[in-house]
Amino acid sequence: MTHGPDVVVTGLGATTPLGGDVPSTWAAALAGESGARTFDNDWVERYGLPVSFAATIKVSPEEALSRPELKRMDPSAQYALIATRQAWADAGAPQVEPERLGAVVSSGIGGIWTTLDGWDTLKEKGARRMLPMTVPMLMPNSAAAFVSLELGAKAGAHALVSACASGAEAIGYAVEMIRTGRADVVVAGGTEATIHPMPIAAFAASRTLSLRNDDPTGASRPYDVDRDGFVIGEGAGVVVLESAAHAQARGARVYATIAGVGLSSDGYHITSPEPSGEGQIRAMRAALEESGVAAADVVHVNAHATSTVVGDLIEARSVRGVLGDEADHVALSATKSMTGHLLGGAGALETIFTILALHDRLAPPTINVAQPDPELVLDLVRDTPRALPTGQVAAINNSFGFGGHNVALLVTSSV
Amino acid sequence: MAHSEQEILAGLAEIVNEETGLPADSVLPEKSFTDDLDIDSLAMMTIVTLAEEKFGVTIPDSEVKNLVTVADAVSFIAGAQA
Repeated sequence: MTHGPDVVVTGLGATTPLGGDVPSTWAAALAGESGARTFDNDWVERYGLPVSFAATIKVSPEEALSRPELKRMDPSAQYALIATRQAWADAGAPQVEPERLGAVVSSGIGGIWTTLDGWDTLKEKGARRMLPMTVPMLMPNSAAAFVSLELGAKAGAHALVSACASGAEAIGYAVEMIRTGRADVVVAGGTEATIHPMPIAAFAASRTLSLRNDDPTGASRPYDVDRDGFVIGEGAGVVVLESAAHAQARGARVYATIAGVGLSSDGYHITSPEPSGEGQIRAMRAALEESGVAAADVVHVNAHATSTVVGDLIEARSVRGVLGDEADHVALSATKSMTGHLLGGAGALETIFTILALHDRLAPPTINVAQPDPELVLDLVRDTPRALPTGQVAAINNSFGFGGHNVALLVTSSV
Repeated sequence: MAHSEQEILAGLAEIVNEETGLPADSVLPEKSFTDDLDIDSLAMMTIVTLAEEKFGVTIPDSEVKNLVTVADAVSFIAGAQA
């Protein structure tokens, strides 16, 4: 299959429950820290929330943005802008024609704080008090739009929405923009800011959240026998993608290559993953085939693994289904054990982790696995990082979303 | 209780500062919202909405185009309080 120029990663940015940027987040992940914290508010008493904790962002956006920026953007767009500025600086602020620069930034849910604040204003004060920025702040493309304004990106600004696969799908779409010749440089990622009592109550109602209120940092435990659901997180991850030729011409530092993008849908159930994992398998297989990488060269998988009873095992079996016996030498990491689940930000942050794992040759740990599920058919990296092989190797980041969206990104090391 | 014109000017300057980041002391009576302070229509409507709440007045949409300078807004709000 021909697929245009190779697409490389030249910049990384993030603000997460583990840190206010990529270096602090990555260091905390390698150290096996948890970003989950008990709420410092009255939501449980006031609303009867069954969950009293979340993986809230570590560094307040007030430390990075001006007052007008804070007032004109929903928190989801704020996080994306913070991550974008870091990624752009990390890439060395590439010189690129505006018409050759794109922005693809997704959110699973969009500006829900703004939506709900607006509803409160309407109920309490009436329509006359509604702020004019309400619509541009709540629209799901708001983060993508603000990022495009920040950089003056004119090749296209897009927000792909696929629940918890959104951040990975954004990166996949950005890769396609470069391969099909629409852009030379694309800033891409995902963001989410849903730690508000309404969505937490709603996720709890769907019986997907961990209720381990007495042990927040131990609650996200993918592949542990006692896992009981995911821990809601927030934050953003953004990468700078470039055609290999563009990066080379300006002498940019290259972290890794996004060599394959695999997409599929289950067409099965609105929340449950299809039990045989055939949709996930098709996504991973498509990413592998597009990259031309042999299964034997895949040394690491950053699992979607959210710490739900059913989902974690389906994914592990799917990885085995794609790689066969070659799965024996794959270091599997479930980083949501530390970050919680960033929903639309998850796929982007975990792609950054996958890139850094190859770049630093270290698979991050999975914490809280006291007793691995006996049905786990893969080699899980537990508690401390594991060295990855030298040479030209590959890794897969999986991201799946409510609705049956499956995204697999295949990343190859730069040497 | 009615606000003095001085209080209204200070209150408006505070709103403009919060919304645009312009220093409050640059919000002087003779300044034009669009030409001098570079306030776009969306920001202007936000300032109007916040000023209505802060000063307890109604500023009809049809009136906003007449509020060219900061002094125009101060005097309209002062009159509307009465």
